[in-house]
Amino acid sequence: MIRSDILNKNPEKDEFKILSPTAILGYGFPEKSFLNAMEMKPDLIAVDAGSTDPGPYYLGAGVSFTDRLGVKRDLRYILTHGVKNGIPIVIGSAGGSGAKPHMDWCEKIIKEIAMEEKLTFKLGKIYSDIDKKLLTEKLKNQELIPLGIPNVLNLDDIEKTTYVVAQIGVEPFIELLKEGCDVILAGRAYDPACFASLPIMLGYDRGLAIHLGKILECAAIAASPGSGSDCAFGILKKDSFVLVPLNEDRIFTTQSVAAHSLYEKSDPVHLPGPGGELNLEDVQFLDIGNGMVEVKGSKYIKSKKNMLKLEGSKMIGYRTITIAGSHDPVMIEKIDSVIDKVKERVNMLLEKENIKGDIFFHVYGKNGVMGRLEPINKAFSYEIGILIEAIADTQENANTICSLTRSTMLHYGYEGRISTAGNLAFPFSPSDIKAGEVYIFSIYHLMEITDFSLFKKEIEIVNYC
Amino acid sequence: MAKKNIREIAKVIRSKNSSPFEITFDIIFKDLETFNKVKENNLITKSLIASLYKLKEDEIMDIIYFMPALAVKFGMKRIVTSGAPGDTDVYGAQQHGPLLSIELDL
Repeated sequence: MIRSDILNKNPEKDEFKILSPTAILGYGFPEKSFLNAMEMKPDLIAVDAGSTDPGPYYLGAGVSFTDRLGVKRDLRYILTHGVKNGIPIVIGSAGGSGAKPHMDWCEKIIKEIAMEEKLTFKLGKIYSDIDKKLLTEKLKNQELIPLGIPNVLNLDDIEKTTYVVAQIGVEPFIELLKEGCDVILAGRAYDPACFASLPIMLGYDRGLAIHLGKILECAAIAASPGSGSDCAFGILKKDSFVLVPLNEDRIFTTQSVAAHSLYEKSDPVHLPGPGGELNLEDVQFLDIGNGMVEVKGSKYIKSKKNMLKLEGSKMIGYRTITIAGSHDPVMIEKIDSVIDKVKERVNMLLEKENIKGDIFFHVYGKNGVMGRLEPINKAFSYEIGILIEAIADTQENANTICSLTRSTMLHYGYEGRISTAGNLAFPFSPSDIKAGEVYIFSIYHLMEITDFSLFKKEIEIVNYC
Repeated sequence: MAKKNIREIAKVIRSKNSSPFEITFDIIFKDLETFNKVKENNLITKSLIASLYKLKEDEIMDIIYFMPALAVKFGMKRIVTSGAPGDTDVYGAQQHGPLLSIELDL
């Protein structure tokens, strides 16, 4: 049961204290920081697990990008301390990408811990999955607004997209909090939502709650020195919030906190989210000593329409790779023309066999990191790393293309060659690695949502006392 | 006036995805005085960034100064979407290198 003193907080005079244990559920935190935070009696423990940073695969394949053991370790601390002390626990973007399989994965871990630690609590689940029929209808009515995605969405893309999730705002969380859920597990959510929903429900200022949530969702990344694997603590007041360090190794500074609103954002002052914008035009960051920073003036500006961001990935094929290297100065000098010739030969062979696919060379020591953005057009290294990548419609075809490219490059007689035994050094046997399914982002659009009941909610009592 | 390398006056220079289709760059200066000089003299320009990356000026997004963080930022569209075939940096966190050669008249 959530303690009544938490639910009876008065925003006019009471402080609301939030613990963010880690930047991404599963990234870990020092036990000491967590226990320091518990001594400060938090009113909410919240953690956001999600990001699109690791790329389209994890959402599309329904797989978590964090390790199960790490997630279970973090959750064990959070659940045991939270449930035993009557502190609500809110988890957003379950399993990283927050689609149904990620929810199921995380739910199973929560229930395992409940059983092992003999815990009883009311569990509320919110699914952020968007029904494809609804999406198709919205597409036909031209009600999906692309957010920088280069390809034009069509019905076939929707069909091939495995999971579509919406970044939900605070409303569905508040519904479950009102039902008295002790632990909330949500699918894909706007990062600050799991931190901001309870204080907003209790009447705290929306702009301050969301800004605090935005900082806390990255935990100690906003501290100096920053860390994604350490806890952070926020105290929300009527007209401001305060960030408190929990580890003697780091402090919050006005600059570290201010700099956080730049991080991963194209505009540091206008930060759009579900249903509105966090506006930092009048924000003030004040050093109040002891490594603490007070923030004032953050505003929430409601937009006319309640737009939510949708994310989806579709499978486009299979990948096989080979990692190799060269230490031959003649080959390194001519690497671009060697690659062109090898591609030409392989493509000829593939055409005869009627196998379709793409070959990519990642040349480390030249432009492996920056690709086409690399301004330097020459390798200065005495050795280069060559990653051969093949993508095709089946794993077998990707294997074939990778194998052919590897063997062609190994023995290709480029002009001026002196070393005739083989052009590549392979670190492994087998040299080729099946890398499995390849996904791309297919949906990254805004959609107006007025009816929050489309996000399925479930409540159950988990009882292992 | 002596030219100073950006590494002497900035404490953070970084790149990161701001979406799967866009990379954002932050330069965070060590002190307010330097930040103000850079801002007032408009030393970080689209043409400077474009020349470092061999891009056209209109491919660089607006240069935004943010005083509370002593920072200047700008962005660019990704040539390849994060994680799509042909991408080289899924997180976009290693595209800042060319910025480290910036020399500024302060």
